[in-house]
Amino acid sequence: MSCALAELPVGTHAIVREVSSPRALRRRLLELGLLPGTRVEVVRRAPLGDPIELRLRGYALSIRRDEAATIEVEQLASARGAAAPAAVAKELAP
Amino acid sequence: MSSAAGAAEASAAPAVVLLVGNPNAGKTTLFNRLAGTRARTGNFPGVTVERRTARRVLPGGVAVEWVDLPGTYSLSARSPEERIAADAVLDSAPAAVVALVDATALQRSLYLVLQVLEAGVPTVVALNMMDEARSAGVEIDRERLAARLGAPVVELVASRGEGVQALAQAVADRLVGAPPEPLHIDYGPAEDALASLAELAPPGVSARAWAAWVLMSVDDEDELDVEPSVRARVREVRAAARAAGIDLDEAVVAARYRFLDGVCAEVQRGDGNPRALTDRIDAVLVHPVAGLVVFAVTMLLVFEALFRWSEPLVGAIEEGIAALQSLVGHLLAPGPFHDLLVDGVVAGVGNVVVFVPQIAILFLFITFLEDSGYLARVAFVIDRLMKGVGLHGKAFVPLLSGFACAVPAVMATRTLADRKDRLVTMLALPLMSCSARLPVYVLLTATVFASEARVGPLSVGALVLLAMYTLSLAGTLGAAAVLRRTVLRGPRPTLVLELPPYRWPLLRNLLTTTWGRVRSFLVDAGTIILALTIVLWALLSYPKDAEVAERYAALREDARATLVEPELSARLETLDGREAADQLERSAAGRLGKLIEPVIEPLGMDWRLGIGVIGAFAAREVFVSTLGIVFGVGGEVDEADHTLRQRLRAATRADGTPLMTPLTGVALMVFFVFACQCMSTVAVVRRESGSWRWPLLMLAYMSALAYVASWLVFRVGEALGWGTG
Ligand SMILES: Nc1nc2c(ncn2[C@@H]2O[C@H](COP(=O)(O)OP(=O)(O)OP(=O)(O)O)[C@@H](O)[C@H]2O)c(=O)[nH]1
Ligand SMILES: [Mg+2]
Repeated sequence: MSCALAELPVGTHAIVREVSSPRALRRRLLELGLLPGTRVEVVRRAPLGDPIELRLRGYALSIRRDEAATIEVEQLASARGAAAPAAVAKELAP
Repeated sequence: MSSAAGAAEASAAPAVVLLVGNPNAGKTTLFNRLAGTRARTGNFPGVTVERRTARRVLPGGVAVEWVDLPGTYSLSARSPEERIAADAVLDSAPAAVVALVDATALQRSLYLVLQVLEAGVPTVVALNMMDEARSAGVEIDRERLAARLGAPVVELVASRGEGVQALAQAVADRLVGAPPEPLHIDYGPAEDALASLAELAPPGVSARAWAAWVLMSVDDEDELDVEPSVRARVREVRAAARAAGIDLDEAVVAARYRFLDGVCAEVQRGDGNPRALTDRIDAVLVHPVAGLVVFAVTMLLVFEALFRWSEPLVGAIEEGIAALQSLVGHLLAPGPFHDLLVDGVVAGVGNVVVFVPQIAILFLFITFLEDSGYLARVAFVIDRLMKGVGLHGKAFVPLLSGFACAVPAVMATRTLADRKDRLVTMLALPLMSCSARLPVYVLLTATVFASEARVGPLSVGALVLLAMYTLSLAGTLGAAAVLRRTVLRGPRPTLVLELPPYRWPLLRNLLTTTWGRVRSFLVDAGTIILALTIVLWALLSYPKDAEVAERYAALREDARATLVEPELSARLETLDGREAADQLERSAAGRLGKLIEPVIEPLGMDWRLGIGVIGAFAAREVFVSTLGIVFGVGGEVDEADHTLRQRLRAATRADGTPLMTPLTGVALMVFFVFACQCMSTVAVVRRESGSWRWPLLMLAYMSALAYVASWLVFRVGEALGWGTG
C-alpha cells in the first residue's frame, strides 16, 4: 500500500518509493540518504503538529509536512512499527 | 619538505590541510585541539562565513595551516556559501584533507567523504565520536574501511583529545609521496553525462569529480558563478537524459549510497543504538506538553540572562567609561581636542565596548544550545509558528534576543545556514523593541500621562508599554513576511534539519567560540561605530558660536560677583545647561533639526525633538540626554528625571499650545518603535551581510515605516480630537 510520507501515523515504518519534490529540495533529500528503497520510520510530530521527525540510516531528520507530502512511501506491516528503537537500529545496521 | 631544514623556514609556505565533515561531526572541537591558542578568524573570501585557520608544525617538521570548513552534508552547492567546501576541496589544491566522520552515523558521514576521495586529494579519514560508538557496542573495522576507501583511517575522540597525535602523524605521512588515485564509483546511467561534462573540466582538478559536482549543483535556479559554456552543456546533458528516461540526480546519489551500503556491510558490526540516550531525552524535550514547557523556560532563561545578568557588567563598563572620561578630562586642557577625546573618542569606544557583555552572554548560551543539540530541537518545536511568516525555525533565538539588543541578535543569525533565511531575519529583527527603547518609552509616557491615570486595574503607562511591545512584534513578523515575498523572494523556504544526538558541550569550545565573536565584533563593528560616533559628536558640537560663549562668560562673571555658595553653584550649573542648549541650537545638528522641521512637523514634532531624533541615531538612549541639553536642563539627566519631564511638559510650540500632548508622545513612541535609530545595528548588519546594500535597505524601510506609522497615529488622533487633550 503506497501513500505520502506525510500521512503515515507516528511509529510506522515504510520504504521510500519516490521523491518528487522540486529539484533543489529533492537533491538535498536524496543526498541525505532519503532515496527510493530506503527504510524510514516516522518517530514523532513536533508539539504543534508540524514538522515531523524521521529516522533513517541511523540518524534523525526533521522535515515539514509539506515536504513529506511529496515523498511517496510503501508502509510496512504495523507489527514492526511497534519495535523498540534498538531493534530498529539493528535492522538499519547492515 | 619534511626535512629538518624545512622546519626552520616552515612558516614561509605552510601546507594547507582542510577539515571537512558534516555539521556536528566535531570539526571545531578537533580544530581547537590542533590549533591550541593559535587560531585566527576571518571570513572566507567573497562570503561572510566565518573562517578559522591556525598554523602548526607537525611531528616530521612540516608546517601546516589547518582550515576549519563550515559543516556540510555534500560538496554540491546552490549558493556561494554552500560552495565554500567544494571550492576548497576541488579548486584550491589543498595539501591534504582530514575528512571527519561521525562514527555513530557512519553511512551518512561517508557520503561526503566519497566526494573528497573522488577528487584525488590526499585524505586522512578520521572516525570521530568513537567513545559513543564503542559504548553503544558499534565496532568499525578500521583496516577494512581504509582498504575500501583507499585512504588511511584514524580513530578519534576529539572532545578528549584521544587520537589527535595519531591523526597529526597520519597527516604528516600523507603530505609526502605521490597523490592518491581518485576513488572510482560506477555511476551507471549517468556515466555518459559525466563524460560529456568532464570534457570542460579546468586543468589541475580531477575531471570526474568536477563533472559530478557540476552535474549535481548547476541548474537554472542556482546562484553560482559558473561559465555559460558549462551551463549550456549541463542543459544539454540534462535534456538528453530526460529524453532517454534517465534521472541523473537519483542515478548519481544512488550509485554512491550503493557503494556505501557495500562498505558499511563489510566494516560495521554491532547492534547497539548509539541514540538510546538521545531518544530518552527527546521523549521529554520534544514532548507535546513537557517540550513546550522546557522550551518556554529555556527561552525565558536566555532572555533573563541578556537583560539582567548583563546589567551589572554593562553598568560597570559605563562607570569605567565615565571614569575614563573624567580622567582624560582632568589631564587635558579644555579645548576642541579635549572635547574630541572625551565626548567623541572615549564615548565612541564606550558605545562599542558596552555591547560586549550581551554579545558574550548570548553567544555562551547559543553555543551551548547549539553544541548540545538543543538548538535543533528549538527549531523543531517552534518551526510551525515561524513557517507562516517565511522564517526558519532557528530564527527564533535571534528574534527573541532582539528584545534585549539588536547587535548580538544580528550576530546570532549565524546559526542559520541559508543566506536568504539569514538576511530576512537580520533585516526584520531590529524592529523588536530592544532595551534601549525602554528609557525613551518611559520618559515619554511619564511626560504625557499622569502617573495615576488608569484604565480599569491597569495604569495607562503599563498599557502604553504593552501596546508598544505588541506593535514591535507585529511589525517584525510583518516585515519578515513582506521581505520574504519581495526583495528576498526565493523558492519556498524549506526545513530539512538533522536532529543530532545530545552531547555535552565542551567549555573550551564555548569559550573559544564566544571570544571569537566578541573579538570580531570589536575589530570590525568597532571601527564603524567609533567613526560614526565622532561624526555625530561633531554635528552636535560644531560650529560653536563665539557670541553665545561671550554672553555666558559675562553672566558667569556676574554670578560670581553677586552670589555666594550654595546659590552660586546652582546658578553656574543652570548657566552651563543654558549655554549648552543655546550652542546646540546653533550647531550643525541644531540647524539640521530646523531644516527637517517641515518634514517632521506632520508627526507632531518640532525642531527640538528633531535634534533629539538625530542624536538618537548614535544610540536611542542618547535621545534622553540630548533632550536634556535641548531643553536646557543642567547636569546629569536620566529617564526618571523630574526636571526634564517638567520642562517637556512646560514646553510650548510657536503658537503657544503645549508641545507634548499625549498624542505627540504616542506618535513619537510609535516612531521609535519602527525607526532604525541605532548606528551600531547598521554597522553590525553591514558586517554580517558583507555589503552596504542590506543595512541601507533596512535603514530606508524602517525609516519609511516609522514615518508613515507615526504620521497615521498623529493625524488620526488629531481628527478624533485627541490632539488638544
Ligand atoms: N562524545 C563526543 N562528543 C564530541 C566528540 N567530538 C566533539 N564532540 C561534541 O560534539 C558537538 C559538536 O562538535 P563541534 O566541534 O561543534 O562540531 P562541528 O563539526 O564543528 O559542527 P559545525 O560547526 O556545526 O559544523 C560538541 O558538543 C562537542 O563537544 C567526541 O569525540 N565524542
Ligand atoms: Mg564548527
